[in-house]
Amino acid sequence: MPEINEDFAQLSEQLMLVAGLAYAVAFCAYAWDLVTFSQAVKRGLAGHSADEAAGVHSESRVAEFAGIGSRLAAEQGLGSGPLDRAVRPSSKTHDGSDGITAGDSMRYGAERRVVARVAVALTVVAAVVQGFAVVFRGLAAGRVPWGNMYEFCTTGSFVVAVVFLLVLTRRDLRFLGTFVIGLVLVMVVAASVSFWTPVGHLVPALQSYWLIIHVSIAVMSSALFTLTFAMSVLQLFQARREASIASGKKDKALVMRLVPNALSLENLSYRINGIAFVGWTLTLMFGAIWAEKAWGRFWGWDTKEVWTFVIWVVYAGYLHARATKGWTGTRAAWLSIVGYLCVVFNFTIVNMYFSGLHSYAGVGS
Amino acid sequence: MKETVVKEPVDTGLKSAQPKDGGTGVVLPQLGILGMFRWAWRQLTSMRTALFLLLLLAVAAVPGSLFPQRPSAPSEVTQYLKDNPVSGPIMDWFKLFDVYSSPWFAAIYLLLFISLIGCVLPRAKIHAKAMRSAPPRTPKRLSRLAEYGTVTIPAGSGIDAETAVRDAAGILKSRRYRVDIRDLDTDRPSVGAEIGFMKEVGNLLFHTALIGVLAAVAFSGLFGYSGQRVLVEGETFVNTLASYDTFTPGANFTGNHLTPYSVQLDRLVVKYDRSTQAHYGQPLDFTATMTTKDGPGAEAKTQTLKVNDPVGIGGTNVYLVGNGYAPVVTVKDGEGKVAFQGPVITIPTDGAYTSLMVIKVPDAKPKQLGFVGFFLPTALIDKKGVAFGSDPDPFNPQLNLNAFTGDLGLDSGVPRNVYTLDTSKMTEINSRKLEAGGIVLAPEQSYKLPGNNGSISFDGIKRFAALDIRHDPGQVYVLVFALLALAGLMGSLFLNRRRVWVRTGNHPDGRTMVEFGLLARGEDHRLAGEYAAINKALHTKWLVPMDTAGQNGEQGQSTTIDSDQSVAAASKDH
Ligand code: HEM
Repeated sequence: MPEINEDFAQLSEQLMLVAGLAYAVAFCAYAWDLVTFSQAVKRGLAGHSADEAAGVHSESRVAEFAGIGSRLAAEQGLGSGPLDRAVRPSSKTHDGSDGITAGDSMRYGAERRVVARVAVALTVVAAVVQGFAVVFRGLAAGRVPWGNMYEFCTTGSFVVAVVFLLVLTRRDLRFLGTFVIGLVLVMVVAASVSFWTPVGHLVPALQSYWLIIHVSIAVMSSALFTLTFAMSVLQLFQARREASIASGKKDKALVMRLVPNALSLENLSYRINGIAFVGWTLTLMFGAIWAEKAWGRFWGWDTKEVWTFVIWVVYAGYLHARATKGWTGTRAAWLSIVGYLCVVFNFTIVNMYFSGLHSYAGVGS
Repeated sequence: MKETVVKEPVDTGLKSAQPKDGGTGVVLPQLGILGMFRWAWRQLTSMRTALFLLLLLAVAAVPGSLFPQRPSAPSEVTQYLKDNPVSGPIMDWFKLFDVYSSPWFAAIYLLLFISLIGCVLPRAKIHAKAMRSAPPRTPKRLSRLAEYGTVTIPAGSGIDAETAVRDAAGILKSRRYRVDIRDLDTDRPSVGAEIGFMKEVGNLLFHTALIGVLAAVAFSGLFGYSGQRVLVEGETFVNTLASYDTFTPGANFTGNHLTPYSVQLDRLVVKYDRSTQAHYGQPLDFTATMTTKDGPGAEAKTQTLKVNDPVGIGGTNVYLVGNGYAPVVTVKDGEGKVAFQGPVITIPTDGAYTSLMVIKVPDAKPKQLGFVGFFLPTALIDKKGVAFGSDPDPFNPQLNLNAFTGDLGLDSGVPRNVYTLDTSKMTEINSRKLEAGGIVLAPEQSYKLPGNNGSISFDGIKRFAALDIRHDPGQVYVLVFALLALAGLMGSLFLNRRRVWVRTGNHPDGRTMVEFGLLARGEDHRLAGEYAAINKALHTKWLVPMDTAGQNGEQGQSTTIDSDQSVAAASKDH
């Protein structure tokens, strides 16, 4: 067993602090971006009649499109299509030209959002620094840095940030920044304040290559669940806003123009949740295989196992809801949120307050 | 299974008037017993019920993590019942301490699995039929499909409508579609193509494999067994029923399942962290060296057993699940005879291995002897003069015992826990409270008990290993079914089921007009990509330059061969 390198350990903690500060600034930038954008929209709106702003998708617009081709009109989204369609529209549904929500494609638009760019740049810096912090923590201990809650949490938040940045290269999800980087910030702070544990060796129960397999997949799935949680919350807001606009009320949440419509949020989070669900299935299976190796039984309803199972079933429910009449949309989003709350519960409360075979949180020891 | 395929956009703010789904309506049909049964069956196998049962299962699993459970923590349950004399028994009646073997938990998952079977069977039948039949007939208006494009082959290219259809079929075939050319004898020949049958196969495989997992779990409980044995260094365990400390057989277990192998614990080496201040004394490694024999006459082998690394022998796995100290003591009775000699297993109570120790000496004469106290690997004395353990390694080992004489109560037939001493019929002769004081022994020291009751000596220290021995013939099936479920899940989630139709026609001016449309069953975010690929392949095949012409939809109107019939008919085959 290699010696603990205290210098690396200290360096890691300093880097983590720097990363935390950078995330904090990035968080502020994302929030600022949302505010400036909604103000820009308000200013832009001043020139138009409020009526037009709120009612672009109304009959006249649809009629206009009908001239171009019924198919296009059908696909202008927001329920104006024929109801006999047997499938959900494919990718080219809504280009954002209605001015109520951002385009479905979630591609980068033409408008320049300087502050958002700064926020993303800061996120990149923070993630790189945090990456080094995680690596040095691992080097200090001579093993993967996933042995206690401090380490799960710092690695986990790093993965959330990286997944977010990776998705950003393909989709303009910068509107999610306030949420996602906010959650990352919470995780970094919680790790450093509540879960902090000095670097050390692994207890024998954790010395297994299954730690690497099981925990890495669990952390990655949780990162994806974090993204979809944020999207489902926005979906709920957007759905309410769309309903209120459709019923002729004034658009009160201009900032939500940055956000795609509820349906595309739902569709994207469904795709991500699908991947994350496969990841969670693997987490559960690998956990069972490891439990068989460590304790001689693959399943024993230990508290941690119970909650891993509960999470799995809730997300299975979510996937079913998406295929059940009357359960898509808002209700599915709620299931996605409940699933994520279970993930958080499993990580925090179960680790810290429930006794069980998995009691290696390392907090306070 | 209409519900599973039809997905209408929701939450768009516009409440569309949806007809109530007949299958899950709440009106009771007046059809007698059989009708009632059919109605109940349809309810049970509806998607809504499956969803409800799934969520119910999640909720039902939770109490098992809130309250102690008998299988894993029986003593905590006893304590809970003692602490809560009113609510405890009520909770017990509701099986809240045996959640996962309770009738209500079983009811939920059994209903769920019945629902699942009722779901999977008809679906499998439908899908088997779909897999054997040709792609559905070509819709009249391809332009109404989710993706639509056109190609115009210039006059004089020598490609007529029929050749074009065959070319298109070839392209689709090379993209692994199942194709069917139709209407060749008309002026509007077309090809229908379908791909992605494995998506549904994956879904069916996934659900079926879940049933397999459940069955395999039940099976492994029937034929397997598990047992515990505490083995002190130097001791040998022979795999026979009598050698186990505790033994839990499966329902179908018979004694002749046991292979009479033997395991001798030679040495247990424990390493503690001595290099960091923060985790000083934290365990780093437990390694047991064992001499094993596969049977009575077999050759002896040396094997190492570690945490996370079981040893497989005689169809069982041996796990290292615990360890501790077994101080070796000799007790002589009042008559001067050796009444007890050997290692005494102690129970570690903290990280410093402050270990609870009980010695019962029923053979002592004239009166039986009993000792209770602690073994401390590294004893320090606090301000009040009380010894406490400060390190898990035996740097300054010490026995701290109180002694009793009298009746141990072993003959009464009531089973006694070896780790507790019933002192109700005994007299205390050594303790800190008494004049004689407690017994404090370092290795190789002896102590003479007061009142001519004999003596006790601390001869040395051994370690013990707590072993779990398990035989589980079913778990490999659990793994196989779990892997099948995983494969099915991935197929189901990541494959796409699509249909493509291409229709051609000869224009009077000599050009050949081609239109094609794509339709996804279920959600398919990659349909546009597939459209682009097919569009490109068609253009390349006929050497038609890819200009803006033929872009999805925009220019399509000129070549659309319209008819009033809706495309819905084509996709409504489920
Ligand atoms: C043990 C309980 C069950 C579990 C854990 C489970 C899990 C899942 C999961 C994870 C999916 C999503 C992956 C996929 O699309 O195949 C799914 C899909 C599906 N499940 Fe289940 N399921 C269960 C029971 C049932 C039951 C009882 C039914 C029928 C009533 C059912 C019908 C379906 C259908 C039709 C789909 C496909 C949904 C779609 O088309 O997107 N499942 N199930």
